[in-house]
Amino acid sequence: MADYSNWGLLFDYKYCSNCHTCEVACKNHLKQTAEEFEQKPGIVVLEKGPYHLDKSDPDAWDWDYIPVPTKQCDLCVDRLEAGKKASCVKHCLAFCIEIGPIEDLAKRAAEIGHKVSIYKP
Amino acid sequence: MVMSREWKVENPDGSVSVRSCCWSPPGDHPVGCGMWLTVKDGKLVDVEGDEEHAITQGRLCIRALDLPEIVHSPERIVYPMKRAKEDRGKNKWDRITWDEAFDIVCGKVNYYKETYGAQSILVFGGTGREACIYYYPLAFSTLQTPNVCYAQSGWSCYGPRCSITDYILGAGYPEIDYAGYFSDRFDNPEFQLPKYVVCWGKMPLASNGDGLFGHALIDMMKLGTKIIMIDPRITWLGAREGNVNLQIKPGTDAAIGLGLANVIIEEGLCDQEFIENWCFGFDELAERCREYPPEKVEELTWAPAEQIRKVARMMAEKPVSIAWGLAVDQSPNGVQVGHITIALAAITGNIDIPGGLTLGPPSSLLGKWRMETRKDLDPKLWDMRLGANEYPALSNAMATTHPDYTLDALETDKPYPIKMLWFNSSNLLAPTCSAAPIRWHDAFLKADFVVVQDLNMTPTAMACGDVFLPLPTTAEHDGIVITHYGRNTVFLGAMNEALRVGETKSDVEICIEFGKRLNNAGPDGTSTWSIFEGDTRDKFVPDFFSKQTLPELGFDFDELRRIGLYQPGYSYRKYAKGELRFDGEPGFNTVTGMVELYSTLFDAWGEDPLPYYEEPRWSPISHPELAERYPLMMTSGAREYASFHSEHRQYPTLRHFRVYPDIEIHPDTASKYGISEGDWVEVENPFGVARQKASLVITIDPRVVHTRHGWWYPEQDGEEPNLFGVWKSNINNLVPHFDTGRLGFGAPMKSVFCSIKKVDNLDGLVVKKSLDIVKEQDKLQALEGVDPKNIVNIHSEHRV
Repeated sequence: MADYSNWGLLFDYKYCSNCHTCEVACKNHLKQTAEEFEQKPGIVVLEKGPYHLDKSDPDAWDWDYIPVPTKQCDLCVDRLEAGKKASCVKHCLAFCIEIGPIEDLAKRAAEIGHKVSIYKP
Repeated sequence: MVMSREWKVENPDGSVSVRSCCWSPPGDHPVGCGMWLTVKDGKLVDVEGDEEHAITQGRLCIRALDLPEIVHSPERIVYPMKRAKEDRGKNKWDRITWDEAFDIVCGKVNYYKETYGAQSILVFGGTGREACIYYYPLAFSTLQTPNVCYAQSGWSCYGPRCSITDYILGAGYPEIDYAGYFSDRFDNPEFQLPKYVVCWGKMPLASNGDGLFGHALIDMMKLGTKIIMIDPRITWLGAREGNVNLQIKPGTDAAIGLGLANVIIEEGLCDQEFIENWCFGFDELAERCREYPPEKVEELTWAPAEQIRKVARMMAEKPVSIAWGLAVDQSPNGVQVGHITIALAAITGNIDIPGGLTLGPPSSLLGKWRMETRKDLDPKLWDMRLGANEYPALSNAMATTHPDYTLDALETDKPYPIKMLWFNSSNLLAPTCSAAPIRWHDAFLKADFVVVQDLNMTPTAMACGDVFLPLPTTAEHDGIVITHYGRNTVFLGAMNEALRVGETKSDVEICIEFGKRLNNAGPDGTSTWSIFEGDTRDKFVPDFFSKQTLPELGFDFDELRRIGLYQPGYSYRKYAKGELRFDGEPGFNTVTGMVELYSTLFDAWGEDPLPYYEEPRWSPISHPELAERYPLMMTSGAREYASFHSEHRQYPTLRHFRVYPDIEIHPDTASKYGISEGDWVEVENPFGVARQKASLVITIDPRVVHTRHGWWYPEQDGEEPNLFGVWKSNINNLVPHFDTGRLGFGAPMKSVFCSIKKVDNLDGLVVKKSLDIVKEQDKLQALEGVDPKNIVNIHSEHRV
């Protein structure tokens, strides 16, 4: 098995629409019951804002959803080993999640430019 | 493009994986998301996205991802049931065999046809589900009644937009161009990326209306498209950097449209070439728009004049696509909103161009076939459709009854009595597709015999059903997903049966099996149903779909299963090539052959031929005498990822995302009423009352509240009078019956005034179900100057 100890997840979160797909895709991967999902989800989506930055400008908003993996996240290593994508990466409706070695993700984050986060388990 | 793997694969562990395109039940639009369903030992054990699907590319929403929980839910009904008529409202159902169900139902159908005429049978259809294809043939051909009803007041969902398009453009549903027709998508050389997509009264990310995969907008934003939101709320989508917001007072969309057109025309930003060659009535439209300068429109809509100018200038850049939403339909002024929307696309030259507004034929494939089954009706019956003669603009484009007229007919037995009801995937007592649902409830109980087809027990089925016919989920039956119900077929997808739980029958199986039993040759002596070969569903269902695709597309259902997804390609600028009109001439398939900025048909039907603005009829402005009592405007109906209208609340994983409905209130307004986050709030107006939980947000105007639709409580007592708590949070009780536009379209579902107050909990609200009292309200509505004293009296009686 490959070494995933230095892997993480990248979130281009300016595109995260709070569709919750990562949360339920993760539940399916972890084979959780609805109760377990309620009590210890593998990833949650947090909300920042909304902040209205300038009352005279109807378009000046700061409002984002930010997916944050929890302790249950196992980076889907069994899926990766089987040649599949991580469940949240694959199913995300906004395609805003990537997975890989942290150094590669750091380069991707620089490329993406703004509103991007990296999670290291 | 053919997908590489076989559609059915046996895995090493003995499980079987089936590729499919998702539709319904439970509810969804025909988005056809690609998925792989894995079944082991008769259980659906896994759902995965299909990365080969050209549009969804592996992505799935949480309702699809939750299919294993849905398919094996203990809440499901998986055997046919009957209940004695005197036990309506009680949980006293008995399981029966399909043979008994066929015998009971066919016996009743034949009895009512012979005794009262086939028109005494009325079929209700819900929204979004594949039943939208099959409830028409179920009525016209299987039961041979002309009366199909989509009960939403003023048909205010999709129908008005389709009808307006038919009259103004002579085409099927105009959809944004997201390159869905092409297997190479955005790389197709003919496609151009829209500079702007205007989401007008629409939030496609969660709604995926009519099959538009909403997150295609995010795909396009990544490539450079900017979004313009016209919405009473600031949405997450509108708040993205570079996107633009016109935040308007609910129900003032027509004024915004006229104001935008005013700027485009006055500033000379029009596409002169397109107007001169392809538009009818531009000078008249320009004159009308002069009445709506941005400063005046700001007063009417609350949107800043400068922002209106900014958006208008953007909309004059090419290419621009307009995603028009349900808000167009859900207003008595909606025909005018639709008209000005199409006019804006036309005068800016954005119709049928790459990256603009795409057009399909008025109907095609299954969407066309469903309407053509009316050949099986006695022609005399067609004109007997309820309200057909009174509302020609509705009955010419829609094959249904007039919904509000239908309720009146049920209540009064005029023009003739209705004896039997058949609900095909409609739970219209839940606040989804009806206004004044208490009246509908009482009217349903008058019927002699009621059949309900659904997935779970619903308030509607519990209230009035006599026979319950269970449906299989999207994972459990064969079908074809057709976007826009054939009015703009972006693609066809194969839906494949992966398993079947219990003894259920899909919509098409019901049509065929009842059709064959009722042996109903039409006036031409042929039967629609006997031609589908085989005695079992694995034979007659594929044969049905093959007979749909072979003549027009040249391939059968097995071939569609093999290729997975059929994308037909797209021909741009069809109007210039003679591809829109039936006679093959260039132009549009309208009376004048042009885009009718001035509508000859509206004129003929007694409506203003030009778009105009009407203040919401129940607002503090239109009723100043009530402004103090009902100072807020209520809008409603924002879509959520975890539910489809009244559905999905039985499944814990999805319910987790919203346990109770929330009413969005601006913090300033909330503090004025002493309301805090999470408080229960009672929202009321002269028509009714409902309770929801406060959510304080700065993204809503302090003069507006937003309430959730579709709420009932499957976990509560299902029997009468509680009916799963269907009246407790029922915001459609706040919407008046028969308050439509002149053509019979539209209802103020999203724009009625209200007041709010803090209450202790969800319970303690008792709604007196009295036909007389709600009828009084209608009388009240007809009065020119409403006496507030009457409102007080009626209101206090209405609440026990």
